[in-house]
Amino acid sequence: MTGWTDISDPITQRLREAGRADASIVPKTSIAGSALIAVVAIMTFLGALTTGAVLLVAGSAHEWQADVAREMTIQVRPASGRDIEADVAKAASLARGVAGVADVRPYTRAESAGLLEPWLGAGMVLDELPVPRIVAVRLAAEAPGDFAGLRTALARELPNASLDDHRGWIERMRAMAGTVVVLGAAVLAMVLAATILTVTFATRGAMAANRPIVEVLHFIGATDGYIAADFQRHFLTLGLKGGAVGGGAAIAVFLIAGLIGDRLVGTASGDEISALFGSFSIGWSGYLAILIEIVAIGAITAWTSRTVVTRTLAAVG
Amino acid sequence: MARRLGTERRDSGMVRFENVGLRYGLGPEVLRDLTFSIAPHSFQFLTGPSGAGKTSLLRLLFLSLRPTRGLITMFDRDVVSLDKDGLSGLRRRIGIVFQDFRLLDHLTTYENVALPLRVAGRSEASYRREVTELLRWVGLGERLGALPPVLSGGEKQRAAIARAVIARPEILLADEPTGNVDPALAQRLLRLFVELNKSGTAVVIATHDIALMDEYDARRLVLHDGRMHIYE
Repeated sequence: MTGWTDISDPITQRLREAGRADASIVPKTSIAGSALIAVVAIMTFLGALTTGAVLLVAGSAHEWQADVAREMTIQVRPASGRDIEADVAKAASLARGVAGVADVRPYTRAESAGLLEPWLGAGMVLDELPVPRIVAVRLAAEAPGDFAGLRTALARELPNASLDDHRGWIERMRAMAGTVVVLGAAVLAMVLAATILTVTFATRGAMAANRPIVEVLHFIGATDGYIAADFQRHFLTLGLKGGAVGGGAAIAVFLIAGLIGDRLVGTASGDEISALFGSFSIGWSGYLAILIEIVAIGAITAWTSRTVVTRTLAAVG
Repeated sequence: MARRLGTERRDSGMVRFENVGLRYGLGPEVLRDLTFSIAPHSFQFLTGPSGAGKTSLLRLLFLSLRPTRGLITMFDRDVVSLDKDGLSGLRRRIGIVFQDFRLLDHLTTYENVALPLRVAGRSEASYRREVTELLRWVGLGERLGALPPVLSGGEKQRAAIARAVIARPEILLADEPTGNVDPALAQRLLRLFVELNKSGTAVVIATHDIALMDEYDARRLVLHDGRMHIYE
């Protein structure tokens, strides 16, 4: 009888044609793949929406802060025995003398009346009401200027005037944006925890279903690392599929929202949305963040399954 | 006249048991004071009545259990002191044929037989020819792409044997390899083991089949009540 290696065999060609030469050792059907993909897709979708929303709010808040921080207002209140027009002119003059001021615009009597028209109606005569007059001061972006000096000068020369640098409003804005970011991070952490738990349960289920296969692999000399790597490959694929579906859906949502926002430009509701959310676009950095989330979800899914398999095998051994 | 099998070198046991005992939990000892060795290139039958401890001894031999007492040395390594990766390394030098075959139903015959080589990290291209040739040698050349559920008992048995020997193990352990086949096929399978032994593999066949053992003049390890009697 000859040894088996002496026999030549053309059947290998048939194997190649069968296309199963690299079949997975852990059967795909033994893992609740569709359900896991659906759960991972939902988690990724929620995570990506949260990320996009946080970026949107943080971006808009930053823009508001920048806009507000570049402006100051001098209020000149009417006082008995004082010429308010002269006081407004004096306040404007003092403001122009401060370094870092780009533009000073005293609101005229008519403009002030125009500001109050929505509340008090047309044809109002300001002289009959103690309505303060406003001097808008726009700052150059690069230099903060000596505004403490301006505040002191106003207090000294115009006791009926005050400088509002909107600091309180900016602080509130900053606090709100920070809260949104922290909430978003908390939601992302919960999504991540839910994903890890789901993958953990799915991996345990898959290991229980494939226990006979794991035993055979051990008997033919497979290390725990080899077995864990096989599970990891499966779950990486499932994680990436789920992540792509969920992240893709989130990207579609933001794209559609951006298109709708563009269409509404010029309308009343469009202006409201624009005032709140800017262009309602998360920008390329937002889309990049979602793509990173998709890859991260796949990696986390694979890492979780490998960890669970390794720990389970170590406990069994 | 039965043919004498095995050209072992008695002085160098690749497997050594010294006063080995085994018990499950707090139960009685199922194996007691086993002291024997298995030499390279040797051929032996492991037999005994049901419940004598054959399966337990095989599990010790394929490192599925650790002894409760005594010393087991395999390939000059104390198996008790080995970590899991060390055990995996030793198992790659051992071929196992299970009584219930333990083929993976979702893999083809070819993929099942190739599994030990794949686990050892070899590429499919490097072992394709080797596996197909072995499958032809065991008479499964036309069943490469068949899944185990559609194989007959004899075909499954031969596939299991092929998987056990594809990585050219130094020792082959077979648990009742002829238990599920007719006498003619049993003879054929035994001749397969004899050929493997001639090519240098030590063989241990656990069997109840007295008639089959009588066909060959080989060492017999007889278990009775957990103790071993050796007939050279």
